[in-house]
Amino acid sequence: MSKFPKFLMATALATLTAAPAMAEKLGLGRAATEAEVAAWDLDVFPDGSNLPEGSGDVLTGEEVFADNCAVCHGDFAEGIDNWPKLAGGDDTLADEDPLKTVGSYWPYLSTTFDYVRRSMPFGDAQSLSNDDVYAIVAYILYSNYLVEDDFTLSKDTFLDVEMPNADGFFVDDRPETEYPVFTERCMEDCKPGAVEITKTVVFKGDPNAGASADEIETTAPSTTDEATAPSADDAAPVAVAFDADLADDGEKVFKKCKACHKVGEGAKNGVGPSLNDVWERTAGTVDGFKYSKPMSAAGEDGLVWDTETLSGYLANPRKYLKGNKMTFAGLKKDADIEAVLEFLKSHSQ
Amino acid sequence: MSDSSTKSGASRRAFLKGAAATGAAFGATGAARAEGDPLITEVQYWAAGLGDGVDATPYGMPIEFEDHVIRRNVEWLTADTISSINFTPIHALDGTITPQGCAFERHHSGAITLKKEDYRLMINGLVDTPLVFSYADLERFPRVTRTFFLECAANTGMEWAGAQLNGAQYTHGMIHNMEYTGVTLRTLLEEAGLDAAGDLAGKWVYVEGADASSNGRSIPMEKALDDCLVAFKANGEALRMEHGYPVRLVVPGWEGNMWVKWLRRIEVMDAPVESREETSKYTDTMADGTSRKWTWTMDAKSIITSPSPQMPITHGKGPLVITGLAWSGNGAITAVDVSLDGGVTWQEARLAEPGKPMALSRFYLDIDWDGSEMFLQSRAVDDTGYVQPTKTQLREVRGLNSIYHNNGIQTWHVNAEGEANNVEVS
Repeated sequence: MSKFPKFLMATALATLTAAPAMAEKLGLGRAATEAEVAAWDLDVFPDGSNLPEGSGDVLTGEEVFADNCAVCHGDFAEGIDNWPKLAGGDDTLADEDPLKTVGSYWPYLSTTFDYVRRSMPFGDAQSLSNDDVYAIVAYILYSNYLVEDDFTLSKDTFLDVEMPNADGFFVDDRPETEYPVFTERCMEDCKPGAVEITKTVVFKGDPNAGASADEIETTAPSTTDEATAPSADDAAPVAVAFDADLADDGEKVFKKCKACHKVGEGAKNGVGPSLNDVWERTAGTVDGFKYSKPMSAAGEDGLVWDTETLSGYLANPRKYLKGNKMTFAGLKKDADIEAVLEFLKSHSQ
Repeated sequence: MSDSSTKSGASRRAFLKGAAATGAAFGATGAARAEGDPLITEVQYWAAGLGDGVDATPYGMPIEFEDHVIRRNVEWLTADTISSINFTPIHALDGTITPQGCAFERHHSGAITLKKEDYRLMINGLVDTPLVFSYADLERFPRVTRTFFLECAANTGMEWAGAQLNGAQYTHGMIHNMEYTGVTLRTLLEEAGLDAAGDLAGKWVYVEGADASSNGRSIPMEKALDDCLVAFKANGEALRMEHGYPVRLVVPGWEGNMWVKWLRRIEVMDAPVESREETSKYTDTMADGTSRKWTWTMDAKSIITSPSPQMPITHGKGPLVITGLAWSGNGAITAVDVSLDGGVTWQEARLAEPGKPMALSRFYLDIDWDGSEMFLQSRAVDDTGYVQPTKTQLREVRGLNSIYHNNGIQTWHVNAEGEANNVEVS
């Protein structure tokens, strides 16, 4: 029991005076089936217990990673923009700005496997096979120079991998190192002489530097409503006609897309280009977005987004336009494609 | 909003503008004092006409003049708003309860839409009978109602290296305090039966959410049986989707990341999972590069919410209310001290009411401001005798590489004009 902080043991069972006393079981709920437990109980422990069957090697992992992960994490797991870097940072933990990656910081390989299998890719979690997860993890290890390029990860090789920072953690010691020290309540003459400013604030104004609260307040509150509602006497840009109910369905489908694509007022480019006015737009032409070569070339060759082309693209993006960088497996249901197209129409003029 | 109400709204605004302008002129000159304040001497439209009917807003929102009191994000802090954080406008609130609509949000894969009818909670692992509960099942267990703060471990994390962001909302706004209603985690664990777990000392529960991130965390059995709640109401009403509707876990006094939203599974185990959220994140790196783990408790901390950078003094010298919040994950706040001179001398502030364990306390210090510059600081004391440390004291122990658990004393520099800025002092 020494691994639990002492204060915790002292408080355990001592509180909850207002809680109802448990007399006996109430017989509520029902027994979970084995299949249900198997579906949700995915956790893998540091000793490798509860790992699924399967395997994946580094070279397969490189391909699967390129298809599913590289758009945010980079081809070499180096991380794009603010997205997490998965490789590098060796021996930086004591530096001023440590780089914490799977290789430099994560203590257990099980954590990487568990997280990739549950929660990645971002926006399409649990879409990967166990073999793919093994392969991706093998590739991440390779990117960190922790395995060679002929390595295959499976249940059997899992514990062969040594994580560099496995011994880099210790259990919270604040009860010993801080609590006995932080007890002095000085009331007078606590510092010699008057204080001086040693550091001034780095971001002085509104950190977003957008409209100030005053500006927002003086704007008539109804402006936003009017701006988003289609208006009859707003003659200039003609809105694309769309079925509002179907567009609402499409908005739900669009949740799969919105990790990378923004749409609506003020939508900016993210991992993917803004999709405002995508309707009848030439492919690869949103200002400021860095397209893959195949996408730019397709636009130059006259690819325009409409019902036919978008339906084809969204059904199987990688097959439709080989080498483009959208890492999305595709929408399997025609109804979903139809709905999401209607939603995109509703944001086009 | 109908056309007619929009129209009347517009004319009302125009009228109000006129009235406000007159009021300002009146207040400024003082010469017109003999005639009196037109807001008093003239019949105002709100005193003559009629207001909105009872069904104008079936679920009410704050009046439009308060529309700046909102959660705010700092766009460049994270790659994307889906896996990100925003901040409670603590500078503009008073009392201790945080309204749900402006209580900060932290999502790892976005706020999901989960119906009560689709909600399932599983308990498995080392229990006598693995069980599945529906939402309706949860409502039939004996219920408790208790108030707790939730603070993100990363609250004030930006400020380790120096004074970074200019506002209590941004430096200390990853916190909220709500009255939760739900079932104790102990009740549910006992319903599944813990005989199978044997000796409970050294056992753990793993909790995870239904969203794509799952955000799993391992919690020692002692804590699970002590005071954790499986909550479905906050401040009397259903949880908001951004806070885990329909069901979230409440882990009093411990870092917010453990308060799993959309709670879907509780597993009894004999070892921690060592998930992403408890290894690669939410661990505290020391100066030598080693890292503390299992730093669950949020230590005593306080912040002056007004005056503060977003809440300058606009009334000049004279009576001034200094107010703020204090809390401790180790117990109840017993005192808050305030310094006007950057920590040379301190005086005890007035607590709005006696501190409650692991809940926010509100403090006030009423002073007669002489218009000179101030270095405002507050310092919390809890019932374990812990005194909130300075940033310097924390750095002496931990170095500069930590992100989480920064509970150091904050300084606001208030100048003669009443403007406040985030600074560090000697």
